[in-house]
Amino acid sequence: MKSSSHLRYKQQQFGFSLLTIMTFLTIIPIAGVVIYILVLGTPAISWEFIFGFPRGGMREGGIWPAIVGTFYLTLGTAAFAVPIGIGAAIYLSEYAPDNKATRLIRIAIINLAGIPSVVYGLFGLGLFVLFLQFGTSILAGSLTLSIMTLPVIISTTEEALKSVPQAFRTVSISVGATKWQTIRKIILPQALPGILTGVILGLERAAGETAPILFTVAAFFLPRLPSSPLDATMALPYHLFVISTQVPGMPIKIQYGTALVLLVFVLSMNIIATTIRSRARARRQW
Amino acid sequence: MDKNITRHESLITFFIKSTGYSAIVFVGMIFIFLLLEGLPAIQKVNLATLFSSRWYPIEDYFGLLPLIGGSLIITLGAILIAVPFGIGSAVYLSEIAPRWVRDLMKPFIEILGGLPSVVLGFLGMLILSPFLRKLLELPTGLTALTGSILLGGIAIPTVVSVAEDALDAVPKSFRDASLAIGATEWQTIWRVTLPAARSGVLTAIMLGVGRAIGETMTVMMVTGNAPILPKGINDLFSPVRTMTATIAAEMGEVASGSVHYHVLFLIGIVLFLISLIVNITASAVVFRQKKRQERILS
Amino acid sequence: MFPPSFQNIIVGMKTSSIILLAIFLLLLITPGCSLLSESSENPSDQFTTIENKGSDTIVNLALAWAEEYQVINPNVRLSVTGGGSGTGIAALINGTVDIANASRRMKIEEKENAVANGSDPVEFVIARDAIAIIVHLENPVNNLTLQQLSDIYSGKINNWQELGGENRPIVRLSRETNSGTHVYFLEEVVRLGEKDNKTLFSPDTLLLPSSEGIGAEIRENPNAIGYDGLGYVTDEMKVIGVSAVDSKEYILPSAATVNSGKYPIARDLYMYTNGTPTGAIADYLDWILSEQAQEIVTELGFVPILD
Repeated sequence: MKSSSHLRYKQQQFGFSLLTIMTFLTIIPIAGVVIYILVLGTPAISWEFIFGFPRGGMREGGIWPAIVGTFYLTLGTAAFAVPIGIGAAIYLSEYAPDNKATRLIRIAIINLAGIPSVVYGLFGLGLFVLFLQFGTSILAGSLTLSIMTLPVIISTTEEALKSVPQAFRTVSISVGATKWQTIRKIILPQALPGILTGVILGLERAAGETAPILFTVAAFFLPRLPSSPLDATMALPYHLFVISTQVPGMPIKIQYGTALVLLVFVLSMNIIATTIRSRARARRQW
Repeated sequence: MDKNITRHESLITFFIKSTGYSAIVFVGMIFIFLLLEGLPAIQKVNLATLFSSRWYPIEDYFGLLPLIGGSLIITLGAILIAVPFGIGSAVYLSEIAPRWVRDLMKPFIEILGGLPSVVLGFLGMLILSPFLRKLLELPTGLTALTGSILLGGIAIPTVVSVAEDALDAVPKSFRDASLAIGATEWQTIWRVTLPAARSGVLTAIMLGVGRAIGETMTVMMVTGNAPILPKGINDLFSPVRTMTATIAAEMGEVASGSVHYHVLFLIGIVLFLISLIVNITASAVVFRQKKRQERILS
Repeated sequence: MFPPSFQNIIVGMKTSSIILLAIFLLLLITPGCSLLSESSENPSDQFTTIENKGSDTIVNLALAWAEEYQVINPNVRLSVTGGGSGTGIAALINGTVDIANASRRMKIEEKENAVANGSDPVEFVIARDAIAIIVHLENPVNNLTLQQLSDIYSGKINNWQELGGENRPIVRLSRETNSGTHVYFLEEVVRLGEKDNKTLFSPDTLLLPSSEGIGAEIRENPNAIGYDGLGYVTDEMKVIGVSAVDSKEYILPSAATVNSGKYPIARDLYMYTNGTPTGAIADYLDWILSEQAQEIVTELGFVPILD
């Protein structure tokens, strides 16, 4: 009996160490990627690299048009996806009856989240670029990306709205507020950190994706900033793809520098979102 | 004034209700659009060609099998990596690690889930593929395996995050009961906690699969894109071409309306259907679990 | 209606989240401002924009031209995109670009398609290019015949030993099928220029999405053989001498051997416009054929066109 419990203890110890090692084996390479790019990319970063235009067949100069392009795409995506996404989340959390139609909406959201990004690219090319004749443009790309980000925004926002206790609604309605007044003045403010988290996480995905913008927005080289939503633009992820695969004699420093800027852009959005969420959770008083 | 408020209110309500259905509208639009552009391919190319094993579109060889096989073998490889490591990490974080380690690591892993895929592809091309070629003495490092490893890395954060949530949701009383009757913590994890959370864990795996099969840029940069039909697990060590990479590489070329254009949309339909099946399976599991929990709790 | 509600939201938040939100909004707004100031300084109607898209072989040349031309003519804005010859021609047919770059002639189907879509492509030869056969620096093989190249790429020869090299498997690298270089290589090398030859690339040929992808693998992998436009060749890879079908002389690609017709794998590079070009597009094409622009051709490793 004693030896068997000793054996079981040994087994447990072995198992625990194995899982610990596995976790570190998981985390270290992923963290290594970030550190590696940080180390190799930092020397490339300079005022000129960030705010300059590419020169000398993109082998010199900066990546400002790509940074701006990604900003615009993110902004354009937000313009479409935020109102629709938050609206849909409010519907699901506050209005939707528990019936087949609502379940269908949920299945649709789950599927939207699972559609491969390149299929969004196909759809965007077919509908926005060719059929609606937006051409390869910021508008077409933003619309494509916003449909892709919708499920993230809807599901996180809904979660945030649902975490507001039911009592808040009951009280507000009982003092004579309308449903919309309750939502706007009570529920939305309470859920704001959660909503922001969802919005930023959604936009982060849009900022880092390449496949959907491949045929809808991206320009290889554009020596100027886009001046209207119907212009094509350079974008960071596509720019990294281009300079790492298509330009001969590309200095490795610029490649890592671009990877670093993209990484910082995307991860800082992610960190802001995660921070807002965990602070809100820590502060929650109900 | 009151009237104004009511009108305003009904307008807002209308807006909210219509956005509520937007997801259905978009999924429907995407599917219908894919069908409209993809189905003509079946009329223009005969089925025997579509089910052949040669993909060479400029000479009208439209065999989809190597592409489907390529996507499947890479996804399989990614699962073989992401499942043990993902679930292992989730178990560690939820059941073994001290609270502060978990609170530090989990957001960290979730943040890493946001790594742009093109960055991973970039490093895969420069570092992982030469490394694997030398290590395994392969003819080339641009293989399905390289893709699988990177896709595993992309899928792991999703798997860890969802599986950890599921494990965390198992009531503490389950564990206490198991420990009280003399089971070790290790036994409790495997015989009680994991089985109790299995549908959540399954969802995690399915979502990971979804991420892997739909990934495009990473795969296009590291797998060599040779349309060879994989015949066994050994083909992990040879180059493959996936459906996603094919669309990304070739879509720009085709004049709209050509046979090739329609076939690429047909591949889009295949990808759409696969993601539909994966996601409906995942969500069906979630619904079942919710129902079971409700039964237990009531 | 909305400002007070927004205030409510702000009041409902804790200070730190407001700061985070402010930073985030600031981040989003900053480039927007720079755009506004930019466009108010240079109203865009003073500019002529020329969209230029197509062959990856030409893209770096087109880029160098575009940069240089915009120095001379600040009122012309050129946007350059790659993607492959097919991509550019398709875009020209769809009416989304002004100039399509192509490393091959338009196919008959493409011409029919263009006519059906109401466009009338006009062809310009803008430079010439040799396709260099490249291997790893340490590969001892120096020369190959066209027949050997065809056998390698169709899968008949699978080991470097059969070609006098080391005992290594051959890894075949090719451009994607949408590239004009791929089509040219298929017709002139794999099929040896014979019209009724239906030989195909071996299916295990790696199809890399770009020229530089091939270069990267060649530099790194001693098993690999690839082909690339001369402009992509750097001194980190070895160029193979090639002999024509009926010749015993192995020739290395260069401007001289291309223009004398000795190097067997060379071709013209094209730009297509929709109808005979006028205005800014015509000026640009005229400039491309000028001596100044053709000097850039030489600098980038391509072959300038001779009158």
